[in-house]
Amino acid sequence: MIDAAPAAIAVEGLVKRYRSGGGTLDVLRGIDLAVAPGDFVAIVGSSGSGKSTLLHLMGLLDAPDGGTVLLDGVRADDQPTGRRDRLRNTAIGMVFQSYHLLPELDAVENVLAPLLVRHGPLAWLSRRQAARRDAEALLGRFGLAGRLHHKPRQLSGGEMQRVAIARALVTRPGVLLADEPTGNLDADSGAGILDALVELNRADGLSIVLVTHDPAIAARADRVVRLVAGRVEDA
Amino acid sequence: MYVLFLCCRYLRTRFIALASVVSVTLGVATMIVVNAVMAGFAHEMQTRIHGILSDLVFESHSLSGFQDPQWHMEELRRAAGDEIAGMTPTVAVPAMLNFQVRGQWVTRQVMLIGIDEQTHAAVSDFSRYLQHPDNRRQLSFALRDGGYDTVDHQTEGGSGRPALEGAGWPHRRMRVARERAWREKQSAAGISAAPAGDGPVRPIDRQVDAVLAATGGEVVQATVTSPVPEASAAPVDPFRAAAPDEGHVFDPANEQSIGVVPGIGLASFRDSTGTDRFLILPGDDVKITFPTAGTPPKAVTDTFTVVDFYESKMSEYDSNFVFVPIADLERLRGMVDPQTGIPSVNSIQIRLAPGADLEDVRDRLRRAFPADVYSISTWKDKQGPLLAAVDMEMAVLNILLFMIVAVAGFGILAIFFMIVVEKTRDIGILKSLGAGAGGVAAVFLGYGLFLGLVGAGAGLALGLAITWNINRVREVVEWITGQRVFDPSIYYFFRIPTIVDPWTVAWIIAGAVGIAVAASVLPALRAARLHPVEALRHD
Repeated sequence: MIDAAPAAIAVEGLVKRYRSGGGTLDVLRGIDLAVAPGDFVAIVGSSGSGKSTLLHLMGLLDAPDGGTVLLDGVRADDQPTGRRDRLRNTAIGMVFQSYHLLPELDAVENVLAPLLVRHGPLAWLSRRQAARRDAEALLGRFGLAGRLHHKPRQLSGGEMQRVAIARALVTRPGVLLADEPTGNLDADSGAGILDALVELNRADGLSIVLVTHDPAIAARADRVVRLVAGRVEDA
Repeated sequence: MYVLFLCCRYLRTRFIALASVVSVTLGVATMIVVNAVMAGFAHEMQTRIHGILSDLVFESHSLSGFQDPQWHMEELRRAAGDEIAGMTPTVAVPAMLNFQVRGQWVTRQVMLIGIDEQTHAAVSDFSRYLQHPDNRRQLSFALRDGGYDTVDHQTEGGSGRPALEGAGWPHRRMRVARERAWREKQSAAGISAAPAGDGPVRPIDRQVDAVLAATGGEVVQATVTSPVPEASAAPVDPFRAAAPDEGHVFDPANEQSIGVVPGIGLASFRDSTGTDRFLILPGDDVKITFPTAGTPPKAVTDTFTVVDFYESKMSEYDSNFVFVPIADLERLRGMVDPQTGIPSVNSIQIRLAPGADLEDVRDRLRRAFPADVYSISTWKDKQGPLLAAVDMEMAVLNILLFMIVAVAGFGILAIFFMIVVEKTRDIGILKSLGAGAGGVAAVFLGYGLFLGLVGAGAGLALGLAITWNINRVREVVEWITGQRVFDPSIYYFFRIPTIVDPWTVAWIIAGAVGIAVAASVLPALRAARLHPVEALRHD
């Protein structure tokens, strides 16, 4: 089946090496992966299989040693730094295992963070109100209406992860990358997060790439890709 | 926007960083206070020096001065007349002042200055420095009948001078009466007073004799008014006249010798209670030994009556200057041409009209009068080294104090570095959200700027508060330490003068903020260069 529309995000022949000690370690040895718009893909692998590295490269947080990363069919990894920063800000949303919220900011401010990065002080003055409403709506959607002004240290793990998801969505990205989002959570909270992700994918058509070591979690996705020793084994 | 947002947020939440800023605050405050106090002192000193010297001084290179001050003054008017507000001639020679304290002769080296009592007060602040209010209005070398200030009139809450109560004619008459009574008692007891040449010769007398012998001088009696009055308690008077004027008996109770105004430092001292005590008073007689104008000069001694004291508050002048009428000095020194009656003088003091450019007028006069014969200087030229020394002191102090602020900079550098390390993960998060390296660096540079502003602002407030209350601060320090911090007998001020110059303050603050920003550059660069993935893994 040939897909006429370009993949929301894709990698071709991705290679990543780490230099350590005396030699080099090949973490990714040529990965090909395409995520169609509205696709929910899970990448499964054991520790050290390179799955987090793959996600970081897809999120333009790091540069590959070989191969390409494409966003909406356009090559992204060779763009100038400023352009890549902008893509990270607007086109890609990321959620991490450790939530990665800014501790001095409350829930709403954390969600607004990508917008604060995108706009300068003058532009912010005109967008302030709308942005705030947007952020509060997103937090309300994830059941955090009563936690708007709590700092991360006042939130539970599950709540923090939901704030992180809201943050990832505030710029209306084309794709959400999630690196072991339930890794630090108990089973119930984790299930809640996965439900939220599935709902986003079904209801909003958001393309999602989820990295996990747990096959049970991976099974909630539409498609599962196995990563073994730096190579893809399609399931 | 996130740069501004985070700077403000970090400023509010990280109080420990304010600790690094305390040294900026202290450095700024110290610099403000020190600069204000030094500027105050320098200004006071400049004002006093300028008050003592006239605007311009016109002199000749020759030690015996130049002839015909009248003609010279007319020429000066011709060269720069519209700028000249007042002129007065002076004669100045080194001399020895001799007076008796409890029967002992005391000798002091002085600069004897002949002044014109009519015009001298117009060229400088001279009259302000006298102790009798009438003399301040118009100087007279005639002894006054009491009325001298019994406190230091130039200083608020100045030292008391109870000894000046009754100075002038009352004191003179009382002294004469006492001497007469003593002498009567002596003769009644059969002891003859003032034997000619007999009696023990005291060491001071030998010294004086030796000096006179060395210069080939003679003791000459040349006053119109009188022979030398007898010494009050000593049996031998080495200055006794060779021969008194015929037919005139000097009555010290009703007549005075030529008037003299000595510097107050020559004959007084301040005791531990802050009261001024005097060794001689207006109405007492002193002797002055000075060289004549001949070649070679001979030493001549004459008697003078103290009529007032000169107090400029600068010990250099108050312990050196002695003023007498110029006409008498010219005559005694033989500076008057016997045929024409035209005197010579050493210098002409010139006061310029307000707003005149001193250097410009000086240069104009230099062009009019040949430089190989005449020397023309502004008051700044004359005191150049002293004022330059003060300027250099200020410059060095400022450099040293700025080091305090520079040290503060290193404190900021260290604390910021630690903050960057602590925030490594947050920096990774920001980068993952799309923040660029420049923006992340800007967060820390901005933070440094804000801290600098806060610290400098606090320093400004503290510095100004101390400066404007400096005297109360001094009292508190003295109360705590029990020591006199600012001894009025040394400084001649009772209150510390301060001047706050807005430009100086602006520069201090700019420097302090600049250091704070400079100190945040290295940590900011480090933050900028962090790799997002590695940063996220931190902690």
